[in-house]
Amino acid sequence: MTIHKSGLKALLAATAMGVVVAASAAASAQTLKVVMHSDLKIIDPIWTTAYIVRNHGYLIYDTLFSMDEKLEVKPQMVDKWDVSADKLIYTFTLRDGLEWHDGTPVTTADIIPSIRRWGAKDSMGQKLMSFTKDIKAVDAKTFQLILNEPYGLVLMSLGKPSSNVPFMMPKRVAEGDPNTQLSEPIGSGPFIFKRDEWKPGEKVVYLKNPKYKPRTEAASGLSGGKVVKLDRVEWIAMADLQTAVNAISAGEIDMIEVPPHDLLPVLAKDRNVKLFSANPLGNQYTFRFNTLQKPFDDPKVRQAVTYAFNQKDFLDAVIGDAKWYKECKAMFVCGSPLESTKGWEDRLSSNYNKARQLLAEAKYDGTPIVLMQSTDLQVLTNLAPVAKSHLERAGFKVDMQSMDWQTLVARRTKKDPATAGGWHAFLTSWVSADILNPVMAGFFNSACDKAMFGWPCDEQIEKLRDQFSRETDPAKQKALAEATQVRASEYPTHIHLGQWYAPVAMRANIDGMLAAPVPTFWNITKK
Amino acid sequence: MLAFIIRRLLAVVPVLGIVAVFVFLMLRLTPGDPAAVIAGDNATGDQVEAIRAKLGLDEPILTQFFLWIGKVLQGDFGESYFFKKTVAELIVQRIEPTLALSTCAIIIAVSVAVPMGVIAAYKHGSLIDRVVMSFAVFGFSVPVFVIGYLLIYIFAIELQLLPVQGYRRFGEDIGLFLRHMILPSVTVSVIYIALIARITRTSILEVMNEDYIRTARAKGLRDVVVLMRHALRNAAVPILTVIGLGVAVLIGGAVVTESVYGLPGLGRLTVEAVLSRDYPTLQAVILLFSSIYVFINLAIDIGYTLLDPRIRY
Repeated sequence: MTIHKSGLKALLAATAMGVVVAASAAASAQTLKVVMHSDLKIIDPIWTTAYIVRNHGYLIYDTLFSMDEKLEVKPQMVDKWDVSADKLIYTFTLRDGLEWHDGTPVTTADIIPSIRRWGAKDSMGQKLMSFTKDIKAVDAKTFQLILNEPYGLVLMSLGKPSSNVPFMMPKRVAEGDPNTQLSEPIGSGPFIFKRDEWKPGEKVVYLKNPKYKPRTEAASGLSGGKVVKLDRVEWIAMADLQTAVNAISAGEIDMIEVPPHDLLPVLAKDRNVKLFSANPLGNQYTFRFNTLQKPFDDPKVRQAVTYAFNQKDFLDAVIGDAKWYKECKAMFVCGSPLESTKGWEDRLSSNYNKARQLLAEAKYDGTPIVLMQSTDLQVLTNLAPVAKSHLERAGFKVDMQSMDWQTLVARRTKKDPATAGGWHAFLTSWVSADILNPVMAGFFNSACDKAMFGWPCDEQIEKLRDQFSRETDPAKQKALAEATQVRASEYPTHIHLGQWYAPVAMRANIDGMLAAPVPTFWNITKK
Repeated sequence: MLAFIIRRLLAVVPVLGIVAVFVFLMLRLTPGDPAAVIAGDNATGDQVEAIRAKLGLDEPILTQFFLWIGKVLQGDFGESYFFKKTVAELIVQRIEPTLALSTCAIIIAVSVAVPMGVIAAYKHGSLIDRVVMSFAVFGFSVPVFVIGYLLIYIFAIELQLLPVQGYRRFGEDIGLFLRHMILPSVTVSVIYIALIARITRTSILEVMNEDYIRTARAKGLRDVVVLMRHALRNAAVPILTVIGLGVAVLIGGAVVTESVYGLPGLGRLTVEAVLSRDYPTLQAVILLFSSIYVFINLAIDIGYTLLDPRIRY
């Protein structure tokens, strides 16, 4: 009986020890719980330009090149590269030890269709492909991009930081139709997508990729060594940001990617939470014209708007705290290599007299401006009433129509007259990393029917964009970017309304987040 | 009775047919384009067009309708435009939190509201009656999300007794499941309690003046017996009706409550589908909600016969 009792005690003790060990192992597993700006629904970062899918892409895929914090393009999957003297043949060699998540090696047979799939969808990719004669494998690790004529944006395109990012995928995935969503989310990136734990509307789970071989350089922006210091990242779907703020205060989550600006003071007061401005370039508010519709078909009327607006009023109405915004007239973003105010020095100062004078010269007949206001996105809602006020003070008649963002997104593709379901103008926001040069910035595309909604049609802008894309000398590229910006003051395609920043909120025990235009999850530690 | 049930079940078919046509047309006539949503903000017109063609949204509306209804009749609700999942899979994945929330809310509401209403009627005109009626007015007047935030502030942030948000599956850990369900269930049940308590009080007050109550009292029965056996049973038909009608309130409340508490249920799925114009998902969820509503009302009609033997179908 005594033996039985001691045996039972030993068994209980062993069981208890086992439970403790298992519990402490689970506790020591570093899990970062994050509320992102949106739930992940689509998993193909080439099929859509949605930022949440781009962010997902950065976790599980890798890129040939990446942009560092100084906005310089650096090799990522590529070990070494060179370009021929005539600038027509780029030769790239992959790093050693690159593997897909299933353990098979990354080879040029995967890379080439990945570039082609991206090149079929992305606007910069399409431009690169239009200059490309061939992409051919030299061996399993080396391939060549052969151009028809010199193109100045080869590395910038392959190191493009934002949507659509040229992520590399296995051959069997990359060879799929670019217009059909991929179904196998497998990459060679620092995290592995845990598909069986993905519950749309609830959570997305990523595990550390134990086989990932980071570069030896220190992490910088999106480049350098992607050293993962967490075991697991969970994106928790939370539709209500007030709830997210409550949850981070209670310690139920570790991070909110984009906390609302009106709740930043609440978070700033919480000793357990800190705010980190992770994206130094921030975002840019933009007013977009529909150049097909009267009176905005007349550049002079559009110029009048550039004189009527001022950035501060827009930024105050939405962001509020000047700590989180910057007035910036540079169309290629303040803080970027192409920053310049040329052509816009006297604009955006609410010079209503000048605006009225231009309207009189253009013989504006009082046609009401149909201004679309999106009411469901907090970062946009207050922009349209400010625009309406400035336009009216300049002498415009304005018909501001309120709708949800998805209705606006659908309506902005319509070329119909404003009185028949079309539109004259709307306001949106760009991630600055998407508008760093005249080719990348979609609203500069002035190729008439082929341009983005708004359909500007200007030979001069197109010529300048084309020259920019062919130019390989950075100094000349800057001059061409300035010329494009000056031309955009004469033939306005859109107006920038100020740069704004959205800090990441994180618990005080989280460190190591990198300053980059996209939220990164490598280098982060949780104490 | 069996004939009645069969008749009612057959009547469900045209009801759901009308709902299907209405929902389909309503969604197609609402501005918005799922292809533009899928393509993302930086997409070109060509990219949007390619996706629209892929989804079959470039077909005439009538063609789209007959394709959809044909599949629905075969039990196929199609595939979500966004998730690489069938709508049926999505609903199965998201139904548990909504069922749990609704069940807990009904249990809380009925077990709190009926005694409240009975006591208020019994103590008619007293302080208790006024307190109950004041609560009812409060329950009707205060929006669900305000109650939710208030409860979160008190019980999750200040007292740190319960979690702010999230859901744990019943099968994973029943203790955690209950901890996560308390605040959402109480939140959504407040308006339901107010509704049932008011009707219970009114119905009881009406029957308390009936001859059979006077007779029961004259027989020397205790007040509790008079109330529970004679008054409540005879007042039960309108109460049951309100419980049935309240399911619609519950569904509406669940949509808001699931957002406030981060519950991954059908309410949230509905909101997400509306915002992203995910037509197949939205059509299926609305058909499901309509079916639930119709079947609950059928169950209540059958319940009448159990409570009142005079009712015959």
